Amino acid sequence: MTDTELNKPGYEIPPEIKNQVAVTTIDRIYNWSRRSSIWPMMFGLACCAIEMICTAASRFDFARFGMEVMRPSPRQADLLLVSGTVTKKMVPQIVRLYNQMPEPKYVVAMGACASGGGPFKEGYNVVSGIDNYIPVDVYIPGCPPTPQALLHGLITLQKKIDNQTLREARWYKKGVSEVIPVPVLGPDIMDPREYELIREYSQKKSMEGQAEATAQEGVNPA
Amino acid sequence: MTEQVVLTEMDLTERFPESVKRDERKGYEGYIVKAEALLDVAKTVRDEMGYDYLSSVTGVDYLPDGLMESVYHFYRTIGGPALVLKVQTPRDQAVVPSLVSLYPGAEFQEREAWDLLGIRYEGHPDLRRILMWEGFAGHPLRKDWREPYYEEDAKPFKSRWPDGHVYRIEDKNPFHKNVDYPADFDPDKWIPDNDSSLYASLTKIQSSLSDSSLKTDTLIVNLGPQHPSTHGVFRMVVLLEGETIRALKPVMGYLHRNHEKIGERNTYLMNMPFTDRLDYLSSMSNNFGYAIAVEKLMGIKPPERAEYLRVIMAEFTRISNHLFAIGSLLNDLGAYFTPMLYAIEERELILDIFEAVAGSRMMCNYFRFGGVARDLPEGVYEKMRDLVYERLPRRIDELDLYLTNNEIIRARCEGVGVLTPEQAIAYSASGPLLRASGVPYDIRRADPYSIYDRFEFDVAVRYHGDVYDRYLVRMDEIRQSIRILQQAIRDLPEGPIQAGKPQYQVRVPPGEAYGRVEAPKGELGYYVVSNGKPNPWRYHVRAPSFVNITALETMAKGNKVADAVAILGSIDIVLGELDR
Repeated sequence: MTDTELNKPGYEIPPEIKNQVAVTTIDRIYNWSRRSSIWPMMFGLACCAIEMICTAASRFDFARFGMEVMRPSPRQADLLLVSGTVTKKMVPQIVRLYNQMPEPKYVVAMGACASGGGPFKEGYNVVSGIDNYIPVDVYIPGCPPTPQALLHGLITLQKKIDNQTLREARWYKKGVSEVIPVPVLGPDIMDPREYELIREYSQKKSMEGQAEATAQEGVNPA
Repeated sequence: MTEQVVLTEMDLTERFPESVKRDERKGYEGYIVKAEALLDVAKTVRDEMGYDYLSSVTGVDYLPDGLMESVYHFYRTIGGPALVLKVQTPRDQAVVPSLVSLYPGAEFQEREAWDLLGIRYEGHPDLRRILMWEGFAGHPLRKDWREPYYEEDAKPFKSRWPDGHVYRIEDKNPFHKNVDYPADFDPDKWIPDNDSSLYASLTKIQSSLSDSSLKTDTLIVNLGPQHPSTHGVFRMVVLLEGETIRALKPVMGYLHRNHEKIGERNTYLMNMPFTDRLDYLSSMSNNFGYAIAVEKLMGIKPPERAEYLRVIMAEFTRISNHLFAIGSLLNDLGAYFTPMLYAIEERELILDIFEAVAGSRMMCNYFRFGGVARDLPEGVYEKMRDLVYERLPRRIDELDLYLTNNEIIRARCEGVGVLTPEQAIAYSASGPLLRASGVPYDIRRADPYSIYDRFEFDVAVRYHGDVYDRYLVRMDEIRQSIRILQQAIRDLPEGPIQAGKPQYQVRVPPGEAYGRVEAPKGELGYYVVSNGKPNPWRYHVRAPSFVNITALETMAKGNKVADAVAILGSIDIVLGELDR
């Protein structure tokens, strides 16, 4: 961000102190510092993680945008880059990591799999998009997205950060921030918020099964 | 190995007339063994016939016949073709004796067959689910098991083609998600497994340790699935006594993407791009293995130029993979990202070639049955020539200079994670892991495929079997690959790149085929069973990472916990292939 963008007070600054004093809004200075030091979590899931590493390496180098400090610990990270296929076995871990990240936190779904299941969508162990479980800020298409696409996605995230205001940001709201319930590995993955629905469904299924069985008995009295 | 190995060729049906018969189905090979005789036959196969290497264990669900078949591929580490044994059991009582006591390398492969196909291996030391979690409903690779997003048994789905009706499968699922639950299931009464069976298998070892007079406490530590040194979403559970590893259990499946189930719904050609995503660092090699397996079934051969292009791409892949492997091994040792930058710099140049040739940096999808997809675009030949004759040899020497005699690397790597040749063979290790233990087994030499018999190269082999030798073997292999590339690029002939007309729908006669290649990480095998339809009946991938990880516990035991990461890095796993 250039100096003029940060420094738009809306009234005249005397020319003699123009180079020493900056008058800006809290929003702008917060957003500026936030967008210039996004710390992604060092968290690779699948193929996309390799492109993420390449983006971090010398040729593409996302340090140019202030993101080179990758943290393996969620407690120190701002950005969860979901880089690859999210499986049912992995999703409890991802939700737990997301819950452990301090606010403000952002999520980027990198690649087709993280955005919507991708080529593996129909698989029995694959979640069709991480946004079924945690909120996503930016989606990056591609399988895997090229480093250029990833950079574009991250710059899009920076633009999104630029438009935040203190008044609306969720981490300045009163009360504790909402913790996303961690999914449970049952006979299939279970979202604790959906237990009622699951119960209804399986009861309906067993009733249908019984009805079918009796119907068949009616057809073939054996 | 000084003693003379005496190999006896024998007809197993004469030796075991009661329990062994030839597999006489059309297009099939090998023997069908009765389940109760399997251990005896396997012992004969190993000790008398010299088939000391159990390459692949898998199962096939022959639903129409009501049979569940367990398939074994044996090889000799001195080279030569396979011996195939099969055990047929009824589907509802699929019980087969476990081969772990004879071939410890079968351990994880049998667990996988139990998990996905429900074949119970009697006598297996630790038969738990491996890719899915304990408590998952059903065995998903059974042909009558349906996933929540089930539409039809085989693609192309009639609703999409030729009608062209497009909808989102989510809208047909009552949860609008990829989930399904059994009838009469109450989520509130569900008690999740929470890895209790995993920890139980570790505490078994714990209680056997407590015979010493000094009372020490052991500690269970979990590494991963979110850990920067596990090369993805891999998890190890280690039992520590002080800092020493007493036991280690790998936990996997966090990237299980149902490759085989999807592969059996797909048509043959549709699987080609999926193979890219197995070992996503070396997609060209994955294409190679699958193309060879299906070409074996179809009985076709690609033209000369295509063969050369295949070899060129496969060897470039090997270089880029080994560079990445060395870079990340150094990362794990604590040389954080500096050697990696050198490695990635060269890798990027190779990826440029892939991008020019195949259209994608990583997911190349370049091979076709009977050829390759595209010819070289303009200027790429010169680029490749400059790379293998000028730049790469120089840069590899430079990397060698910086790393190989570095004191810290030697101190951390030498004598760590030793695997003896006997253990390496018993654990069915392959690739650099096997060759660093002093077994010069390279499929390009032992069982040549494509045109590898034409090139002059040495099989890289080292004899200490430690982390350092695995690193050195990779360095040697990069040099040998450059040698092959120099010959292949020099001799690249003109001509067609595809046998016959390119086809979307290939006709594959019924039968089975096991195609294997020397992928950068080891032996990559594809077991494909066709029933004459446009889709494979069984599509199994014998992934080198998955089988190599079987030896991890043996290598890590007795070492310090900090070395576990280095040992894992030296195996060079990639999760897309490990979990499939």
